[in-house]
Amino acid sequence: MIEVKELTKKYGDFVAVDNISFNVEKGHILGFLGPNGAGKTTTMRILTTYMPPTSGTAIIDGHDILEAPDEVRKRVGYLPENPPLYNDLTVEEYLRYVGKLKGLPKGKLNERLEYVIETVGLKEKYRSVIATLSKGYRQRVGIAQAIIHDPSVVILDEPTIGLDPNQVIEVRRLIRGLAGSHTVILSTHILSEVTNTCDDVVIIHRGKIVAADSIEALTTKGEGVIRYRVRVKFPEKVDSGQVESEFDFVKDVDVNPHTGEVMLTVDRDENIDRVAEYFVNSGAGLLEFAPMATTLEEIFTRLTIQ
Amino acid sequence: MRKIFIVAGKELKSYFISPVAYVVLGAFTLIMGWFYFNLVARFIQLSKIYELFRRPDILMRMNLNDMVIQPLFYNMTVILIILTPIVTMRLLAEEKNSYTDELILTSPISTWQIVLGKFLGAFIFFLIMVAITAIFMIELFAYSNPRPEFGPVVSGYLGIILMGASFLAVGIFTSSLTKNQIVAAVSSFLILLMFYVINIISPSVNSKTLSEILDYLSLIKQFEDFGKGLIDLRNVVYYLSFITIGLFFTKLSLDSLRWR
Repeated sequence: MIEVKELTKKYGDFVAVDNISFNVEKGHILGFLGPNGAGKTTTMRILTTYMPPTSGTAIIDGHDILEAPDEVRKRVGYLPENPPLYNDLTVEEYLRYVGKLKGLPKGKLNERLEYVIETVGLKEKYRSVIATLSKGYRQRVGIAQAIIHDPSVVILDEPTIGLDPNQVIEVRRLIRGLAGSHTVILSTHILSEVTNTCDDVVIIHRGKIVAADSIEALTTKGEGVIRYRVRVKFPEKVDSGQVESEFDFVKDVDVNPHTGEVMLTVDRDENIDRVAEYFVNSGAGLLEFAPMATTLEEIFTRLTIQ
Repeated sequence: MRKIFIVAGKELKSYFISPVAYVVLGAFTLIMGWFYFNLVARFIQLSKIYELFRRPDILMRMNLNDMVIQPLFYNMTVILIILTPIVTMRLLAEEKNSYTDELILTSPISTWQIVLGKFLGAFIFFLIMVAITAIFMIELFAYSNPRPEFGPVVSGYLGIILMGASFLAVGIFTSSLTKNQIVAAVSSFLILLMFYVINIISPSVNSKTLSEILDYLSLIKQFEDFGKGLIDLRNVVYYLSFITIGLFFTKLSLDSLRWR
């Protein structure tokens, strides 16, 4: 649905986006992740034809952003970082205006208007002037304008920024609801957002893609980082040195001085089925044995702090 | 074409939602009314004086066209030079300031459609402004004897409309350059003022060609014929080119935003 090909954007000497390529499948939600200033907004502005790339291009729903920008514009809904709202209009007037700008015929417009208002939950604010709306409602109007023309691709730039936790959950649910019928790109620097809402992730740092995969693949593959967390209790008090010398495969041994419980981790490479046996044979009680999946946080930190 | 009207309709609506429309319309009507009242009062006073001194020859030569209508048009041009920058200042500056440029520039609408739509919205508002002054003309025609000539009124309005549209074209251009509405209004006013008085030095310029060029460029000099009741194609072409250039620069400025 979206094919980004060797996209580069330079501002003078500064390279904001450096030769990035990725694809998004139809109906998927792609999390576009990166620290502030990584090039997320620039990439989205290029994909929405707000600005041209220095080199490279992208194909959106079969149309090239450089060769057929108007076709792309008809098929893309875009919520910029700051929702583009006319403060002096009411929600209804505003959404009607956007719908007409996007080329919706009159009959279709009323139908879409009803649907969109229902979907984003703006019914009670339908006739309010936008200037009087709270941040959360403004964001909803922003999302409403992005989907009013039933675009096949929806691009959202940090849609949950500045919202309170309840609103964040609501907006995420809303975005999740768009999947399937719409292909969504969602930029954020909040990791849990990606884990909760997205199918795929692209992590970008200093204009370069540092990781691109599905969420499961990224978190489970984890380049040998999967470990097991083991909690054991030995019959008599031990210190960490003793445990380490007795079992040479353990790491990060931590003894709780009050309970005598020992927390330790075991690398995946070890012969897992034998590990439990070792402990049990030594007379220790095995309290917990759990795999530790790498969180996106860890991947993100590892990839972006260099 | 439909998109142009959509944009124009929205702009027109925005004028009347904000207080700007009412302040501008109110101020314009008030000041024009004051000018009209004084011109008519002076006319009546002079005609009474000449009647008193029994000078029918002078009375015969006095007429409303030269003494009320034409000066009123000139006064109107001065007021418009001050008020049109206020009409145009928000057109594009506000889009940038409220981030809606990202919406409008990523919508399936061409730069020309945006520029023409905005211009048309402001132009219709301007027509409403000017239409108010028709009340004065109606009054003159209804209550005066002998009646003024109709021709100069028509040509005067045509000149005012062309000149006003030129003012708007400059205003929309300066509005496209900044996101600060005050900066847009002030710079538009300065450019207009410069074109208004550009020929002020032409009598003292040695070169005849230069003085002719300065006269040609002057926004007010091109209005003289309209004021007298003449519609000269050259003047019409001047204003139309002025408008076209203003709008073309606006398009370039918007394009540079799009393709920066």
